[in-house]
Amino acid sequence: MNVLIYAETAEGTFKKTALEAIFYGSKVAEKTGGKSIVLAIGPGEQAEMAKAGNYGAEKVLHAQGDQLDTANIAAYAEVLVAAAQKSEAELIVTAKSSLADAVTARAAGALKAGIVGNVTDLPDLSNGFKVKRSIFTGKAFAETTIQSPTKIVALKKNAVSAEASTQTAEVEGFSVDLDAGLFSTKVVETIKAKGEVPLPEADLVVSGGRGMKGPEHWQPLLDLAEALGASTACSKPVSDMDWRPHHEHVGQTGVKIAPNLYIACGISGAIQHLAGVNASKVIVVINTDPEAPFFKAADYGIVGDVFEVLPKLTAAVKAL
Amino acid sequence: MKILVCISSVPDTTAKISFVDNDTAFDKSSVTQIIGPYDDYALARAVELKEQVGGSVTVLNVGLSDTEPQIRKALAIGADDAVRIDAEPSDSYFVAEQIANYAKDKSFDLIMMGRETTDYNSGVVHGIVGQMLNIPSLSPVMELELDGNKAKISREIEGGKEKIEAALPLVLGCQEPIAEWKIANMRGIMSARKKPLEVLAPLGEALSQVDKYELPPAKGDCKIIPAEEAEKLIELLRNEAKVI
Repeated sequence: MNVLIYAETAEGTFKKTALEAIFYGSKVAEKTGGKSIVLAIGPGEQAEMAKAGNYGAEKVLHAQGDQLDTANIAAYAEVLVAAAQKSEAELIVTAKSSLADAVTARAAGALKAGIVGNVTDLPDLSNGFKVKRSIFTGKAFAETTIQSPTKIVALKKNAVSAEASTQTAEVEGFSVDLDAGLFSTKVVETIKAKGEVPLPEADLVVSGGRGMKGPEHWQPLLDLAEALGASTACSKPVSDMDWRPHHEHVGQTGVKIAPNLYIACGISGAIQHLAGVNASKVIVVINTDPEAPFFKAADYGIVGDVFEVLPKLTAAVKAL
Repeated sequence: MKILVCISSVPDTTAKISFVDNDTAFDKSSVTQIIGPYDDYALARAVELKEQVGGSVTVLNVGLSDTEPQIRKALAIGADDAVRIDAEPSDSYFVAEQIANYAKDKSFDLIMMGRETTDYNSGVVHGIVGQMLNIPSLSPVMELELDGNKAKISREIEGGKEKIEAALPLVLGCQEPIAEWKIANMRGIMSARKKPLEVLAPLGEALSQVDKYELPPAKGDCKIIPAEEAEKLIELLRNEAKVI
């Protein structure tokens, strides 16, 4: 089974989740005796592209050029479809993200491919193609069989632990004639939050809820986040009250995260909040209420006032 | 402005999830079904746009007859008419095919839905529909303004947002803060009873199927650190959990 991995890059380097997808896709190719080919779209140095080989890829198809400098969903999908056809891929693998979802969805439409997301394990190939995926925002799993000849899976973050070797991949330029009609949507401005790791990518997250008592009291939380090098997040009521920006809202209807460490400050742990953060490896809860439901989902807990606890934690981190 | 809003029927976000029939089916009996929260945002913005520029809002749901309360709620909120494709929404490709098949000859200016459903979380139906109809698809859309035949859109990207201009028609996967959710008033609820709801047979087949469900393993006990010794947490995170 030839496997094509759509590996997202950011500022010319593979995203961590892309490396996980390369590792996963290469394992499937190895298991089935097929080829493992990576598609990278956008700017990037050849040496960086060749690093896909560290994670098992044999070859990288690298599509770049002015038209592809900025992500365009329809154009990227067209490139993905062309790469799937060129590599005779029966399986397309990617890491779940807002861009990858949008791009692979169009590719699924073009290739008549069964597509499933939030995949957590390598496929069971003993009787067809069966994958386990996370559903109900992490509250359950579903074993799903994809029946179509071409299949697309999107990996959940941290689903696999990508191990690197020193192998490198052959890099081949890949160009596709793109119809002008694909560019009927035009990006007129890109606004990036400065100096922060995007929440879906973050390994460490410090988050606040109503227990922070107002936007003017956020500094102790920001201090801990800065000391840890963590991203900051918040619960839905906090973003609804405009204490913190919307893009920091983590939960079932906000950003879903899967960091190594999630520190929840003054968040009681409503089921909708838990659903968005339950993929975190380690959860710490700080709350004055010992009955807060979040303690049931936490690995470590401190029953106490966040305004007394947070400065102690910041000082301890700084002392490391 | 002719708008199609696609809604899903999903368990309430507070629902505890359980399965029946030897873990081969979701247990709907103990949960309240609601309009998908992201679809609710799409519906609210569609109704606002109709109020601003005129036109119509049609609601489409792929589901069995038990989803009709959610469809009627969408009509009560302000949609003009509704269509139910009479099938289990078992697979993203299948659902997208039903939507595209219905929309293909009806010249909708906008096809709106949530960025994803809160049950299967795939977030791909809008893109497949866009490809099938050969029109652009954008997601997740946080802001949408119309200027004649042009849409001004703000789309969330990781760590920020993109402002995009695009000509109609478009398929959009929506999320907050595109609009405030709307609550149906009594007049809306009464009028919804009389609004047309067409039921159509599905076409095509699913490309994937769920064989079995399972719940995650139970979480272990939480280790409580006394507040007065809070700094010990950092040592545990470093040496025991090894996450910092």
